[in-house]
Amino acid sequence: MVRRHLLLALGALVVVVLVLETTSQFRNAQFAAMAYYAIAAAGLTILTGLNGQLSLGHGALMAVGAYSTALMLQSREGTLPLLVILALATVITVVVGALVGVAAARLHGPYLAGATLALAVAIPGIPLYFSEWLGGEQGLNVRMPEIPVWLADAAYFVTGQELTQIRYLAYLGWLGVIVVFVLLANLSRSRVGRNWQAVRDDEVAAELAGINLGRARVQAFVVSAGCAGLAGGLLALSARLAAPSGFTLTLSLLLLSAVVLGGLGSLVGALVGAALLTFLPQVVTGAGTDLGLTDVQAAQLAPLIYGLVTVLVVLLAPAGLAGGLRKLIHWRRSS
Amino acid sequence: MAETFEMSGVSVNFGGLVALSDVSLSVAAGQVLGVIGPNGAGKTTLFNVACGFVRPDTGTLTWRGEELRKLRPHQLAGLGIARSLQELGLFDRMTVLDNVLVGADRHATTGFWPALLGLPRRAKDERALRDRAMAALEEFDIADVAARYPASLPYPVRKRVALARALVGEPDLLLLDEPASGLSSAEMAEIGELVRGLTDRMSVMLVEHHMDLVMSVCDDIVVLDFGKVIARGAPAEIQADPAVQAAYLGEDVVTGADSR
Ligand SMILES: Nc1ncnc2c1ncn2[C@@H]1O[C@H](COP(=O)(O)OP(=O)(O)OP(=O)(O)O)[C@@H](O)[C@H]1O
Ligand SMILES: [Mg+2]
Repeated sequence: MVRRHLLLALGALVVVVLVLETTSQFRNAQFAAMAYYAIAAAGLTILTGLNGQLSLGHGALMAVGAYSTALMLQSREGTLPLLVILALATVITVVVGALVGVAAARLHGPYLAGATLALAVAIPGIPLYFSEWLGGEQGLNVRMPEIPVWLADAAYFVTGQELTQIRYLAYLGWLGVIVVFVLLANLSRSRVGRNWQAVRDDEVAAELAGINLGRARVQAFVVSAGCAGLAGGLLALSARLAAPSGFTLTLSLLLLSAVVLGGLGSLVGALVGAALLTFLPQVVTGAGTDLGLTDVQAAQLAPLIYGLVTVLVVLLAPAGLAGGLRKLIHWRRSS
Repeated sequence: MAETFEMSGVSVNFGGLVALSDVSLSVAAGQVLGVIGPNGAGKTTLFNVACGFVRPDTGTLTWRGEELRKLRPHQLAGLGIARSLQELGLFDRMTVLDNVLVGADRHATTGFWPALLGLPRRAKDERALRDRAMAALEEFDIADVAARYPASLPYPVRKRVALARALVGEPDLLLLDEPASGLSSAEMAEIGELVRGLTDRMSVMLVEHHMDLVMSVCDDIVVLDFGKVIARGAPAEIQADPAVQAAYLGEDVVTGADSR
């Protein structure tokens, strides 16, 4: 099983290199965005799908990762290596997630949603309060560090093209996707993931089987918070900015809808959802202007279509797009 | 004896309602203790106390000679105590095999980090658990439904899954809450045989409404009525006890004997 995950990861790496090397800067930037959406959605789909916890606070947890990253990149004279910074941002978010998780472990269903909603509302307020330090409404600018010379040289040697900042970021993001997906796949196929599911399905029976409910819930929350933190860090690098307006409740809701669209608990589904989040607005806007709408009208079309797609998926394919596709394949095969 | 479970002086009040009042009992190694009584007598509450779901107002629990203070339900499996639920409590969105694997989790030797990183030793651990779970499925004759989901199975099969899940952890004490409800008489006889077959490995505490099963399977019986122990003894003594007959008067007693 684990070997299969590693093989898949290797295959994914090849695909990532091929795609990023043959697409434009603009597409590279979109893929970078898809990467951080995918990481956040993967963490959320594990939490909600496997463990049955609903979080409206994942956008806020992304903010923690984003601000941590931004702060570590403020100093003008030399910073830590980027990978280390992202790892630290993840760890910081894990700690915040653990605190929230411990507080939330006693809560269920709507109460948990309420508590994480409070998080979603409160965290974007913190930069306003500590505006000296966290940049207030404007947020913190993020200076993307230079690409290490050895890496730029190595990339040129292998691909024959200059490694641009944007492509570098996209690589970083997709490296993150691959690592996170392998780890989460390992977890969900292990006794840890199994116990999380048991807690989701029947608390009493899970407890009698020796599972500490609170501990299992906090564990799942912390893992998914780590994903949100890494995603937030990557978002800050992509946007060159960590500002409160980027981490409103809307972001949490978008993530949740991506997870539902893709299929709860499915990592492939998280990828599908992330792709929709990234590419659907542009496709819809393009189609809108083709139909003779003004730019503004066309831009307003995107959330509408997105909502419509979500409703349709929930109605027609309750297991999400990934689940629906799997069913279709089965059906084609058996008929 | 070492493997003895004891409750002494246990009382539980729910608001004003006395659910258990000064109940004492003990189960010795390899013994089947029946707990019977009319509806609402406090049998399930007694199990809930034994499992740590309900903290008694007074009284103590002792297991293997040590008092269980502040018992929490999730500690039970580690103590070698398993319980089957009256309403089964199967994990509906997990396969039968996964259900039983959760029950076997007590024997797992690797934790979170090996699972996250996919280390080889967790694969070995997982294989061992899987073998254990498959063996339990074979024992209950349900290996062929290992990949199915519980909701798609008939009730008697689901019951076996619940039993396999409780037994795969190899407990030393098994608490069975109405294992025969909803079963045909042939299936009930099977359950009886199964329970008797467990006594070389563990003690059993059995709550059951079907008197023939209780009488044929139990070594000892405790009768509860309105939370009080009104009789205890061997099946024959219980059947002859006038207090027990009085308590059951007007109740729908499921028995082949002339209980009225
Ligand atoms: N959590 C609770 N809160 C309040 N009252 C309770 C609670 N649990 C049980 N009771 C009451 O305690 C009494 C004993 O209930 P219990 O479920 O233990 O009976 P039982 O012997 O298992 O009955 P049955 O044969 O119907 O399963 C009943 O009067 C019941 O209404
Ligand atoms: Mg009961």
